[in-house]
Amino acid sequence: MKVSAMRLKITPRQTHSRLMSWLTPIMALSLSLVSGMIMFYLLGYPPIQSLYTFFISPISDLYGVSELIIKASPLAMIAVGLAMGFRANVWNIGAEGQFTIGAIAGSALVIYFPSSENFLMLPVMLILGIVGGMAWASIPAFLKTRFNTNEILTSLLLVYVAILLLSTLIHGPWRDPDGYNFPESVVFPGVATLPSILSGTRLHAGTLIALLVVATAWVLYSKTIAGFQVRVAGLAPNAARYAGVQYKRMIWYVLLAAGGLSGLAGIIEVTGLIGQLQPIVSPGYGFSAIIVAFLGRLHPIGIVFASLVLALSYLGGEFVQIKLGLPLGIAGVFQGMLLFYLLSCDLLINYRVEFRHTKTIAPVKTS
Amino acid sequence: MEAITTIEFILLTVISAATPLLLAATGELVAEKSGVLNLGIEGMMLAGAVCAFIAALTTGSWALGIVVGAAAGILMSMLFGLLTLIFLANQVASGLALTLFGIGLSSLIGIPFIGLPIDKLPTLDLPLLGDIPIFGPLLFEQDALVYISIIMALAVHWFLNHSKSGLVLRAVGESHDAAHSIGYSVLKIRFLAVMFGGAMAGLGGAFLSLSYTPMWVEHMTAGRGWIALALVVFATWKPGRVIIGAYLFGAVTILQLHLQGIGVQIPAQILSMLPYLVTILVLVLISRNAARVKLNAPACIGQIFHPNT
Repeated sequence: MKVSAMRLKITPRQTHSRLMSWLTPIMALSLSLVSGMIMFYLLGYPPIQSLYTFFISPISDLYGVSELIIKASPLAMIAVGLAMGFRANVWNIGAEGQFTIGAIAGSALVIYFPSSENFLMLPVMLILGIVGGMAWASIPAFLKTRFNTNEILTSLLLVYVAILLLSTLIHGPWRDPDGYNFPESVVFPGVATLPSILSGTRLHAGTLIALLVVATAWVLYSKTIAGFQVRVAGLAPNAARYAGVQYKRMIWYVLLAAGGLSGLAGIIEVTGLIGQLQPIVSPGYGFSAIIVAFLGRLHPIGIVFASLVLALSYLGGEFVQIKLGLPLGIAGVFQGMLLFYLLSCDLLINYRVEFRHTKTIAPVKTS
Repeated sequence: MEAITTIEFILLTVISAATPLLLAATGELVAEKSGVLNLGIEGMMLAGAVCAFIAALTTGSWALGIVVGAAAGILMSMLFGLLTLIFLANQVASGLALTLFGIGLSSLIGIPFIGLPIDKLPTLDLPLLGDIPIFGPLLFEQDALVYISIIMALAVHWFLNHSKSGLVLRAVGESHDAAHSIGYSVLKIRFLAVMFGGAMAGLGGAFLSLSYTPMWVEHMTAGRGWIALALVVFATWKPGRVIIGAYLFGAVTILQLHLQGIGVQIPAQILSMLPYLVTILVLVLISRNAARVKLNAPACIGQIFHPNT
């Protein structure tokens, strides 16, 4: 590559830089903000003001903050599960499907017993959600461990199948008979909805569950042997195998964990927020959670902060749509850009980057 | 072309369902042969689809539409190349980022063009050959992108197996260290291969928005980028088999559409699952033979290359 008069010199570091691994997310975020401003300018909107509408005005009151937390909760929950897999080099990118199946499996109970007043309804629904997500994730796990099939492709393709399954159900057997032919299920009764935890907002108990999940994951990750094994399996698969870590079992563990958490997030979204099954139960949380996992450095605490950033991108996207008439796709552009910058900046973790002036006769050809 | 039979009609639709897959998969095959796994096909196809549509609609030129579609794919792939080859980022994560970015970007720039009508890409009827009964129209009255898809797949077959540059490209994919040590520029070769993949994915997208369903719809690729990725594995990295695979998948897609059309008592959504389920099934059948996959897969696929390490 010719970089005019300057030449990029990249040399590996002896050990990876801890400082950089926490600095690069901030660098990536700043670069995304600057690029966002340029994008607004190019689209013909005042850059500073638009950026304010995108990132500040959505959270300038208590209601806004509560909406942010509502969106951050499922993202954090899914990302914690995915991060485990990414650490072990298992690429489950089908969380969106596992989320959808979780929502379907949990909702089945209330749809078949709509007039039940049993207080066990909600807990059983949540468990069914977890089981549903696990079952969906067990397909790529089985195919990977038994038939050596690439889990990236199978988990992703199953997303489409899951969404079509949801569509089949609510256009058919699960459609609300009194629903004026809309593709929606019955509205869930009180026993099948998560309680609100802050009056005047839509904040529900799902956030508490998400916090519990993150805390548990943090303990598991940093204080137990299982967490250590997952880390080693990802960093040095051969060493892990030598030390007795069974890689196949690891694949099962991380996929089931991610599937279960995605499924739980799915049923929480339906019971806590939407209140019925609709054709679309997720605005893409399963995919955004991948970015959350990376931005949060695959660490439970980092993931909490990252989930707030990504939640803000959703919220901001909705705000600029309403206030400025910009399309919702802008949130996706911002999210993609953020991941691009993060992945680029991450070079600084393992490598030292210097700019050198090239002389007229380059002694060593580096390109 | 009066009174085409049902069989002819079905075969024609199979060709048009197979073409975007064939284009994208042929491009990805070259990138993977050089050792780069680009999971961003879906994003590059969407960029190609929306840009080709806008260009063709606003200028009225098909050729320009096709060129712009390919160029959009190339630009997207260069972003991926910059990330993975210059900044040494993880290829899986970068590919995902490219897809997410492409979905968002295409919906952003496509907003003013949603639902606008455009004429279908015209067929280029080859004289004489097109007059052959039955097979004539089928083989020689297609649009430019159908011809390009077949020609490119055959050209890639020739390039990889019978040209020196193709051999070098494969060498880079098999052992980048060895290729580097004998003086080949791993970076340059991979960047070009990635760009080729981008151009082909862009053409695949252009075919969708100019010919398959001549309009722009958000996320109109509907997972075809991922199916194309699976096709490369299915074909065990052989261009000839990509052609067969693409047409098989085209047939499955059309089969489910025709089943819906003749009113089979299965919900439409269940039938729509078929292409995805068949893709998974085929992946399983191919990859269960681990030795065969290992034998054919480029040894350095997905690995980061840094000359100093």
